[in-house]
Amino acid sequence: MSPTGYGPDFLLDLYRQMVLIRHFEERVKYLFLEGVMPGTIHQCNGQEACAVGVCAALEPADVITSTHRPHGHALAKGITVVEAMGELFGRTTGCCKGKGGSMHLGDLAKGMVPAIAIVGGGIPVATGIALAFKMKKEKRVAVCFMGDGATNEGAFHEGVNMGAIWTLPVVYVVENNLYGASTPVSWVVRTKTISERSRLYGIPGVTIDGNDVLAVYVAAKKAVRRARTGKGPTLLELMTYRITGHSRRDPALYQPEEEKKRALENEPIGRFAKYLLDRQLADQRRLDQIAEEVDQEIEAAVEMALAAPQPKPEDTLQDLFVA
Amino acid sequence: MTMKRLSIAEALRECIRGEMRRDERVFCIGEDIAVRGGWGGAFTVTLGLEKEFSDRMINTPISENGFFGVALGAAMMGLRPIADVQYADFALLAMDQIVNQIAKMRYMSGGKLTVPVTMRAPVGVTGRGAQHSQSLEPFLLPAPGIKIVCPATAYDAVGLLRSAVRCDDPVMMFEHKLLYGSKGARAESGAIDASSEIPEEDYVVPIGRAVVRREGADVTVIATLLMMHRSLQAAALLEQEGIDVEVIDPRSLVPFDWDTVKASVVKTGRVVIVEESPKRNGVGAEIAATLAEEMIDHLTAPIKRVAAPNTPAPFAPPMEEYYVPSVERIAEAVRQVTSY
Repeated sequence: MSPTGYGPDFLLDLYRQMVLIRHFEERVKYLFLEGVMPGTIHQCNGQEACAVGVCAALEPADVITSTHRPHGHALAKGITVVEAMGELFGRTTGCCKGKGGSMHLGDLAKGMVPAIAIVGGGIPVATGIALAFKMKKEKRVAVCFMGDGATNEGAFHEGVNMGAIWTLPVVYVVENNLYGASTPVSWVVRTKTISERSRLYGIPGVTIDGNDVLAVYVAAKKAVRRARTGKGPTLLELMTYRITGHSRRDPALYQPEEEKKRALENEPIGRFAKYLLDRQLADQRRLDQIAEEVDQEIEAAVEMALAAPQPKPEDTLQDLFVA
Repeated sequence: MTMKRLSIAEALRECIRGEMRRDERVFCIGEDIAVRGGWGGAFTVTLGLEKEFSDRMINTPISENGFFGVALGAAMMGLRPIADVQYADFALLAMDQIVNQIAKMRYMSGGKLTVPVTMRAPVGVTGRGAQHSQSLEPFLLPAPGIKIVCPATAYDAVGLLRSAVRCDDPVMMFEHKLLYGSKGARAESGAIDASSEIPEEDYVVPIGRAVVRREGADVTVIATLLMMHRSLQAAALLEQEGIDVEVIDPRSLVPFDWDTVKASVVKTGRVVIVEESPKRNGVGAEIAATLAEEMIDHLTAPIKRVAAPNTPAPFAPPMEEYYVPSVERIAEAVRQVTSY
């Protein structure tokens, strides 16, 4: 945790957002296991600093694309807990009126297109969003969240290359959690880092500690500034770890125990709490209070979602075409 | 009213020029579409447009999946891209973006987003072997979220493209290589004249409306693109045999003008569907199945499909001639349903 000089309100808000995402994921998992919530889920426990640090560097008008693991990105970009929870429950109050579900959370009004759950699929789309910003001479930035696995898709090559050749205002953010589903990244990537692939496209790439929310914020800020000032894309590789399964019932037996143990010591919320406490930017009571407030917000959202109307079956037939 | 006789390639070019002048949100994106000294796409449609619209002719790398995704992203931000591939076969490389993203994005958003992407793809078996020949209509029919249009004349090409560009939904326009009327080095052998008198005024052809190309009382023949022209030729031939053929050009496959087709079936009771794709699971299968479900009381003969065999397109001219439904094969199918 190197950078200093940020106000306590800003820092505590980062902390609050990370706790919100973690508790949201934990509550959602519980609701699934209880059998209350339909569908499937891909959770981002342990990766909260990536979403929060990057989105803290964005303006509300900036637009992100996300993946099959979008809950953290959605909450960090400003989709409310009520809208997200409603969507996970498939209710009409959800951000996609129940048509999207966990894997397609999003709302353009908040600067997030529905999450794209085909690995790599969002990379060309974010590039196109950035192309529109450039063509319309708007000072907005597109951010493309992806996992390490997406960087082996053809869409990565095609999308990043176009972002580079046209000097577009886009930041490609790779959350490297060391596994593509169950396959270790070391089996499928020969280079030491993923960020060094940026050289092939003639854009800067950097690998940083993705569990250090301030380091993520600083790197994202730099990349976003570069994009916004017309200098083109950056490939940001954030080293992190998923401290839960790939999807709802995955016990992640492929993650070695020793590695998991280290990851738990390195997870971003505990680290940031220590940072805040060590510097006396907050006391434990304040942090506990944040957790409590967040839990109340989540519980209220669960109750609202459960009380919200189910879509009518024939609503299936709506929303395909404008006319 | 002033008219200009234009080929499909010329008419599309003027139409795109007009749409780009009318609306600065419209832009073109594709391969080799904007290179001075180049061809204006594979069939000259965008030739020279880069001189007038240097910032809105986005010449891409050879990255079909990539630039269809770029078109989607730009469309969600309020622009109106026209994305084209050189051959429809290449759109198979972009099926994730076309089918998973472009087609589904509005629906997944709960109707909050609009995706005004126009896509263009040349189809047709034209002496190029198996990978530059395929008609993709049957691939996209089961992808709800994309409107599909198939202009057989320059008049329709202009009217449908205007509708597509002005429409807030994704539209795929399939164009036929033998109907373009491309000139010079890009001229096609075996081309058919599909040119039209194009009025000066700003007309549109609504998406989802068929046209009866030839009225007749005995048999309804349904066909698009090149097959529509061959069906008209077959109808002229059959007229001499005393068979009165009605030829319907659906022009749009999604949405489909069932009213026009059903009205014709009520009149004739006999149906032949012609298509250039393999017969299996083709457009004809969908039309035939629906008519069998909903119009059985009006049918006086089994529905007949004339289509390509269930093989890739061959190269050698005698095989290619065998592969693509000919005027004589269409005529023979009509004779069969007439004599049933």
